[in-house]
Amino acid sequence: MSSLQSLDIKQRSATTAQPPSVRNTTEVAKLIDVSKCIGCKACQVACGEWNDVRDAIGRNVGVYDNPADLSPETWTVMRFTEHEEAGRLEWLIRKDGCMHCADPGCLKACPSPGAIVQYSNGIVDFVEEHCIGCGYCVTGCPFDVPRISQDDNKAYKCTLCSDRVLVGLEPACVKTCPTGAIMFGSKEDMKEQAAGRLVDLKERGYQNAGLYDPPGVGGTHVMYVLQHADRPGLYHNLPENPSISPMVSLWKGAAKPLALFAMGLTALAGFFHYVRVRPNDVDGDTAPGGNLPPPPEVKKEERRHA
Amino acid sequence: MHDIPVRADERTVYIERYPASTRANHWLVVILFMLAALSGLGLFHPALAWLVNLFGGGPWARILHPFLGLAMALGFIGLAMHVAGENRMLDRDRQWLRQWRDVVANREGDLPEAGKYNAGQKLVFWSMLVLLVLLLVTGFLFWRPWFTPYVPITVVRLATLIHSASAALLVILVIVHAYAAIWVKGSVRAMVQGYVSARWARIHHSLWYREVTRDRP
Repeated sequence: MSSLQSLDIKQRSATTAQPPSVRNTTEVAKLIDVSKCIGCKACQVACGEWNDVRDAIGRNVGVYDNPADLSPETWTVMRFTEHEEAGRLEWLIRKDGCMHCADPGCLKACPSPGAIVQYSNGIVDFVEEHCIGCGYCVTGCPFDVPRISQDDNKAYKCTLCSDRVLVGLEPACVKTCPTGAIMFGSKEDMKEQAAGRLVDLKERGYQNAGLYDPPGVGGTHVMYVLQHADRPGLYHNLPENPSISPMVSLWKGAAKPLALFAMGLTALAGFFHYVRVRPNDVDGDTAPGGNLPPPPEVKKEERRHA
Repeated sequence: MHDIPVRADERTVYIERYPASTRANHWLVVILFMLAALSGLGLFHPALAWLVNLFGGGPWARILHPFLGLAMALGFIGLAMHVAGENRMLDRDRQWLRQWRDVVANREGDLPEAGKYNAGQKLVFWSMLVLLVLLLVTGFLFWRPWFTPYVPITVVRLATLIHSASAALLVILVIVHAYAAIWVKGSVRAMVQGYVSARWARIHHSLWYREVTRDRP
């Protein structure tokens, strides 16, 4: 998406100064109730329709997932898992896509100023016109969501319909979901909604039902109601405790200022060495009148401190 | 133009230190290093993001950086073939490094004799070689769009971290290397024009001096 909102930016990639953040908007969230999903893929169609992106017709790879994976043109995809438990078959269908982390690894890793922004409502948006195609967002994402286009070398992912939310509409997938499995509202309301649903699920025997709002990434603005929240991995390898990789944190955290500091310090050390110790000039190139400089007198004290 | 007479006491004997091929190779690597470093730093720290404009903007810096880096690494291999033989670490080099305080204080007389390269130069050479190999290998692992799709994400993350750290160390080493050339007068001329004075050679690299002059001045 292009950057439409300019007064309510919470974080901006590769930017050390504070972005415009005078407006304080309500934190929003999408709640996906996996236990209500029937796998109709209407959300996938609505997403492609609203955002005007369509994947090329692919091949059947033997499972219901269609398209088989996220792509620059497919920003959400239903992941189907057949799970057998106590002689019962469960069809676990998870709508995969960007989780809109409160602490987004993509934004942290992005080297292009303003190519990734997080609005104060929590939506993490790619601003493709500033994207340079390096793929660092893929390196930083704990959920393997961003996809780089082969055509234009820009990164794409779910925008949480930031353009719709901006004008007070729900995301396209929410609007179209026939069973009400996808809901949208303030994050607080969605948590409350989930809490009510979890009581129902537990009554129906899903003792481990729970809300997926992983604290490792500061919580997410896309949350799941899971029947088996104790085993998120059942849902097509949803990570149990996702967080930004320590390697990414080190690279984009301490390494950056330390490296620049060390480079600057080295150059300064050289300059002051030149000024204090003087050049080593055996040809007398820098001495006045072509005379050799007198051999430096070394005092005992200086030798000890040198 | 009249010939300006040269007085006997002014006459200086020059010795060739670097042939034209070594000099050209060295400066080719310098130019490629500057370009690779500037584009890389532009992608490394937000405070330096403006550097990508030197290359025509972010996408162009991203496209050019790996090619520049690869060319630099290949150029350095060429340079290494010229100079590696004279850079073998020897026993006397350890003593030289132990006396680093004498080195930085310009007390050259107290140091063990040096061949064509002193221990500090050798250390810089081998460190640069190791860092360039690290940069080359890790760089391929996250070179989009061609190689990265076949590399597991954990390896990509580790490669990116090692690449950044190696690059920062290389920049620091290059600063040290360039400063040493400014500090020890005559070094820049040696690499630009190829010659050093006999006095320069005798004082800084006495073993090499005796070798090339066979003890004759």
